[in-house]
Amino acid sequence: MGQKKIDIKQVRQVAKLSRLDLSEAEISQFTGQLGAILEYVEKLNQLDTSKVEPLAHCLPINNCLRKDEVKQSLGTEKTLANAPDKDEQFFIVPKILEEPGGF
Amino acid sequence: MTNSDYKIIVGLEIHVQMATRTKMFCGCELVFAAEPNSRVCPVCLGLPGALPVMNRQAVEFAILTATALNCKVAEFTKWDRKSYYYPDLPKNYQISQYDLPIGSNGYIEIPVGDGVTKKIRICRVHLEEDAGKNIHTAGSFSQVDLNRAGTPLLEIVTEPDINSAEEVRLLAMELQRIVRFLGVSEADMQKGHMRFEPNVNLHIKKDGSKHETPIAEIKNLNSFKALEKSVGFEVRSQLDNFIERGEVMQSGNKKTFGWDDVKEVTVLQRGKEEAHDYRYFPDPDLVPVVVDEKWLGEIKGGLCELPLKMQGRFVSQYGLSDYDASVLTTDRATSEYFDSAVKAGGDAKRVCNLITQTGLKTANEKGCGVAQLGIEPKRLAELAKMTDASQISATAAVTIFVKMMESKEQPGEIAEKLNLLQKSDAGELEKIVDEVITANPQAVEDAKSGDKKSKKAHGFLMGQIMQKTKGTANPQVVAKILGTKLKA
Ligand SMILES: [Zn+2]
Repeated sequence: MGQKKIDIKQVRQVAKLSRLDLSEAEISQFTGQLGAILEYVEKLNQLDTSKVEPLAHCLPINNCLRKDEVKQSLGTEKTLANAPDKDEQFFIVPKILEEPGGF
Repeated sequence: MTNSDYKIIVGLEIHVQMATRTKMFCGCELVFAAEPNSRVCPVCLGLPGALPVMNRQAVEFAILTATALNCKVAEFTKWDRKSYYYPDLPKNYQISQYDLPIGSNGYIEIPVGDGVTKKIRICRVHLEEDAGKNIHTAGSFSQVDLNRAGTPLLEIVTEPDINSAEEVRLLAMELQRIVRFLGVSEADMQKGHMRFEPNVNLHIKKDGSKHETPIAEIKNLNSFKALEKSVGFEVRSQLDNFIERGEVMQSGNKKTFGWDDVKEVTVLQRGKEEAHDYRYFPDPDLVPVVVDEKWLGEIKGGLCELPLKMQGRFVSQYGLSDYDASVLTTDRATSEYFDSAVKAGGDAKRVCNLITQTGLKTANEKGCGVAQLGIEPKRLAELAKMTDASQISATAAVTIFVKMMESKEQPGEIAEKLNLLQKSDAGELEKIVDEVITANPQAVEDAKSGDKKSKKAHGFLMGQIMQKTKGTANPQVVAKILGTKLKA
């Protein structure tokens, strides 16, 4: 194999995207661990899948649909019950300086 | 630089909120301006173990729209997770469709004036869920409302076939008309039901070589005006940057902008140049959607004559102006109401005038549509017929129109009750004409003189006669009698 599956730069980038504040020791530790996991999963590539249809889901079913019918929601009080921080009606989060642009 | 030296290239991404009663993957009700965080459940809150289930109506609305946009509907689609972290996205991923959108390779025809249309290719149409709302307060924190989280959105992406700021607006407006005709979205701009993201750049010819300016993506526009203005602003700004600094596209230097509605300028969003890594992968919580012919056939049953086609038909079949036809086809109920009244025998131009001049104004005041005013198409046709037959004046028609909203009576009965039937009885009218002639010898003389004063005097005499009959005389009959008398 030789080539590393993931390097420190990529781990930093993933941590940043995941809003994780990692120490230098952790970054180094996770680089090794993540690399080992990826290497293990890589074993799958040894199988010849050229004649296998891509699988979108592991269950052989599709079209699980429901009617457009209203179900009881939790209501504001219950919705906020487990929030780390809240006011009367809202979840409270650290100030957001910039919109991501939405979608 | 002259206009011919550069070409504006715009591709548009549009998000349209589907008019379902409940969210995309749970039964929480969609209510505008409900109490914050009141329409939330374990699914849209992203609690561990909660499982999403697709809303059949949303899927069918998406397929119907894709069909109306001439797309190929996928026989097999699936759901993917788009990962990113933001407080309004409780699961830390958005359920969307990545490589297998519900619809692809379609087109939309847009009216570009005088009955001319232009085809804009549609790249893809897919379903996804909306995020919640962040409210930026003055303090050192932000508030999050998850009522909107999980709302079904249809994302429509065009090819870069749009070549002016005006065309961008026309496309957005045409799309609004289409989704409203189909009934798949209220498309209410005030409620954020339609959001736009144009990608803008220029292809410039200079000194025999071609240049491309960097692509600007403008995020989160929610009005037609902001859409058109922001594209116009970007075009001017990119042209300036090219002329002054020779700024051209380099690989991957797409810039993301916001729009300042007050200053009317685009604002660069810093830190957006770094490409997001959304790490799409199939959502294991949701099974694929297979659309067979039978189901597709059922969904296509919901198609209707589309607005642009109807507009064209009103021009070619009924002889209306393109403008009148476009006003009548703003929404489906009005267009069908007009069509029914014409099919019931009303003259198209007359029915059109009654609807656009009296109906729309009254409906606006009442906050409803013209078709909901309580005047059946048949009675409207009757009213048009009476006006055309000069049984009533155009002014009386307006009065009768208003009365018809409150009663089930036929326009003829109302006209009679209110004494609005025009007198066309020549004998009776002749008497009145004679009276007026006798009472106004000077005006009669002026009218006969044939010089400048004649026209004014003639008008005065007509006015006197109409006044005496309280406006109930048929003006054409009166004019004929008066003309004969004055010649004598
Ligand atoms: Zn829910």
